[in-house]
Amino acid sequence: MTNFDLRKSINWGLIAGLSAIFTAAVGIVETFDKSRMVVSPFVSLGFLALLWLVPVLAYRTSLVEELEGVERPEPSVGNVWSGAVVGSTAGIVIVAFTFVLNTWNIREIFIKFSPALLDILTFNRSFALGALLMLILATVLGVVGGAMHLIGAETRRRTVAAVLWIIVIALFERFVSQILRQVQIDDLFDAVAGRSLVNIVYNDGGLTWGAAMIVAAVAYYLAGRPVIDFRETKVAAGLRSTDRRERTRWSLIAAGIVAAVIIVSPMLLGSLLSEILANVGLFLLMGLGLNIVVGLAGLLDLGYVAFFAVGAYSIGLLTSPQFNIQWSWWTALPVAIALSALMGLLVGTPVIRMRGDYLAIVTLGFGEIVRILFLSDFLKPLFGAAQGITRIPPINVGITSVSGINPQGILYFAAAFVILASWISYAVQSSRVGRAWTALREDESVAQVMGIDTVKAKLSAFVVGAILAGFGGALFAAKVGSIFPTSFRLLVSIIILVIVIVGGMGSIRGVMLGSLVLIGVLGGPTQPGLLLEFADFKLLIVGVILVYMMLQRPEGLVPSVRRSRELHHEELSQDAWFDKSGEFTEDEAVAADSEDGS
Amino acid sequence: MPLLQINGLRKTFGGIKALDGVEFHIDEGEIVSVIGPNGAGKTSFFNVISGMFPPDGGEILFEGRDIGGWEPNQITTAGIARTFQNVRLFPNMSVLENIMVAQHCRTSQGMIPAIFRTKAFRQEEAEIEERAKEILGFFGTRLVGYRFDQPAFVLSYANRRRLEIARAMATQPRLLLLDEPVAGMNPRETVELTGLISRLRDELGFTVVVIEHDMKVVRDVSDRVVVLDHGVKIAEGAYEDVSQNEDVIEAYLGRPAEGKS
Repeated sequence: MTNFDLRKSINWGLIAGLSAIFTAAVGIVETFDKSRMVVSPFVSLGFLALLWLVPVLAYRTSLVEELEGVERPEPSVGNVWSGAVVGSTAGIVIVAFTFVLNTWNIREIFIKFSPALLDILTFNRSFALGALLMLILATVLGVVGGAMHLIGAETRRRTVAAVLWIIVIALFERFVSQILRQVQIDDLFDAVAGRSLVNIVYNDGGLTWGAAMIVAAVAYYLAGRPVIDFRETKVAAGLRSTDRRERTRWSLIAAGIVAAVIIVSPMLLGSLLSEILANVGLFLLMGLGLNIVVGLAGLLDLGYVAFFAVGAYSIGLLTSPQFNIQWSWWTALPVAIALSALMGLLVGTPVIRMRGDYLAIVTLGFGEIVRILFLSDFLKPLFGAAQGITRIPPINVGITSVSGINPQGILYFAAAFVILASWISYAVQSSRVGRAWTALREDESVAQVMGIDTVKAKLSAFVVGAILAGFGGALFAAKVGSIFPTSFRLLVSIIILVIVIVGGMGSIRGVMLGSLVLIGVLGGPTQPGLLLEFADFKLLIVGVILVYMMLQRPEGLVPSVRRSRELHHEELSQDAWFDKSGEFTEDEAVAADSEDGS
Repeated sequence: MPLLQINGLRKTFGGIKALDGVEFHIDEGEIVSVIGPNGAGKTSFFNVISGMFPPDGGEILFEGRDIGGWEPNQITTAGIARTFQNVRLFPNMSVLENIMVAQHCRTSQGMIPAIFRTKAFRQEEAEIEERAKEILGFFGTRLVGYRFDQPAFVLSYANRRRLEIARAMATQPRLLLLDEPVAGMNPRETVELTGLISRLRDELGFTVVVIEHDMKVVRDVSDRVVVLDHGVKIAEGAYEDVSQNEDVIEAYLGRPAEGKS
């Protein structure tokens, strides 16, 4: 039968089943089941985490890649069979696992295998009935996944969109209900219908049945039709205009819109969301800095957190009443930035001759040295050792003061710094210095032979990166009010690096998206994200994302042109060849003719 | 005073004497070929002049200054540019960017002007681009137009070689070192490039040193030929003289076995 490969189906079924067991074993299923429903009262997040892979892999198993010139088998009942086998295999694995759980007490070894987990896996029924239900459910999901081949591509896309939107809206319950409350729609509903909108839409942390249907219907209808396509708008057209005056006018208007959004949004977002966004801003700031060092100049720096720490500690030292200086934050800021830059020079100078892996290891060491210095009892009078520096005063901005208890204010600061950092990244990237960095990354010795002072170029990349991290540190100090060496662990460096890698090295928009996804949704090393229940499994999920990205999309979410060229050399060479044959002039034909022989 | 005067240049790698007391000089406006069998030390000779390896002895006088032991970028700034035997472009940068980046040492706007987009900065950027296009225009229609924005790696082999020469030209040197510029090209391209090397001097006023294996090219372009073998200069002079030289023939073909013939 075409479209049906028993062996492959069983393989993928085993993968789905084993990953389900793994999800259960680390405690995700149980935690998520308690914390949130997706569609109340039918589907909990726990079940989603347990079984989502089954339909996905069931679909994937009989997916044939479309190749030019190779005939693709028509979707047939074979696809459904294949899905059914994947589903039932996964079901059998899960049932076998449930049986083990039910028969022996292995909780002493695997502490997460609790009775509650057993209840979830058997749907609160007896083992036999529960097992049967699980088997049927898994098979049905597999059949659904396989059957997705039978419906047309357009319908499939819309269905997937509908399902994804239900999950997203349910997961972002906190975000959506906050917005609904802030824009007063909620109260309006309360007055008119006698019931608040949030309660109508959400129940038990998930969508209510009716709301889910509406979301699905809207998503199904709108899928593939973006409400506003930015490229089609008047603003975009104005920005592309050839007339310089016109362009300036529209870029002013665009800047105005962005500014308005930035000014208004913190008011709508409430303090928790502002807090999360402020964290995103902080990490974005550092991400942009590291992007210059790693993404543009190609210097793998694993001790980047050191510059962040220097910025934060300088502010602490200069402003906290713990010491005698007690400057204002504004006076201390330039000093903090200067010290970070100096630190960049200090770290950069000795390691500048190293390349690649050696540079990574040495900078990693420097990062740890800085943290340990801040932690050391020897320097306690200066940095407060493990007790850190406390009582850092808030930022004074005339009428009010900004600190961690006022996350909206911090968000404004973060936004301002991020805009500044983005401009610096953009402006330098497309300048003489930026080109030198790129050349350095491409081939260091040739760059030097072409007249680029590599020592100077590398040091300047280090210093710019350090300055941006210094801004981040200065803001961080004012935000949290007290800083401890534990805030500057190696993990922070790594998370920032992951942001840059996942977002797309060398791409400013990529880093923005990366930090929104990783810090905003999942949360930073110690900061909460939008999905609080993911907190315990943050690093696991970050790891999974990283591995997936490395395998499937190594150039990142929003790749820079150059980076994707680098990773797809061969395809591009071919494309260029095809392109060329399209637009031949006679002159070029002659040239190409002579080139062919080489 | 010659543009480049080299006295007793030595370079050893472990026990191997790559250059063993080479004497060399080139005057302004000359084209000199350096030839020799494989492993004669020709590329090492270039690597030492361009500063990629520091010399172990002897002096390299460029415009009267001893540049031995300088960093490669200082030497490029002083006015010596080179190409590589195994083409080494910046493959993921566009054709235009490859040329723009090579003007680094002749331009000066740093980061601060770039951030503030000062008038001087914008002017310099425009000049860099203008000059880059002009240099690429030197190669006819091959590297212009839609080619400007293509990444360097999609270019054909011959075009990569041309781009490398263009990149060396962009550093605005007085002395160009070309390492096997026609290696791997077909006869037609070879003829074209031979003409180009002469044009480099006649139209643009560069002084050129060429390493080349293709004797036709050597004959056509060189004012003078220098032959290296085992790191030693074994002959020097016009092509006709050198090609008749016993030592040179021996270096290339080997010595007839003693007492047999």
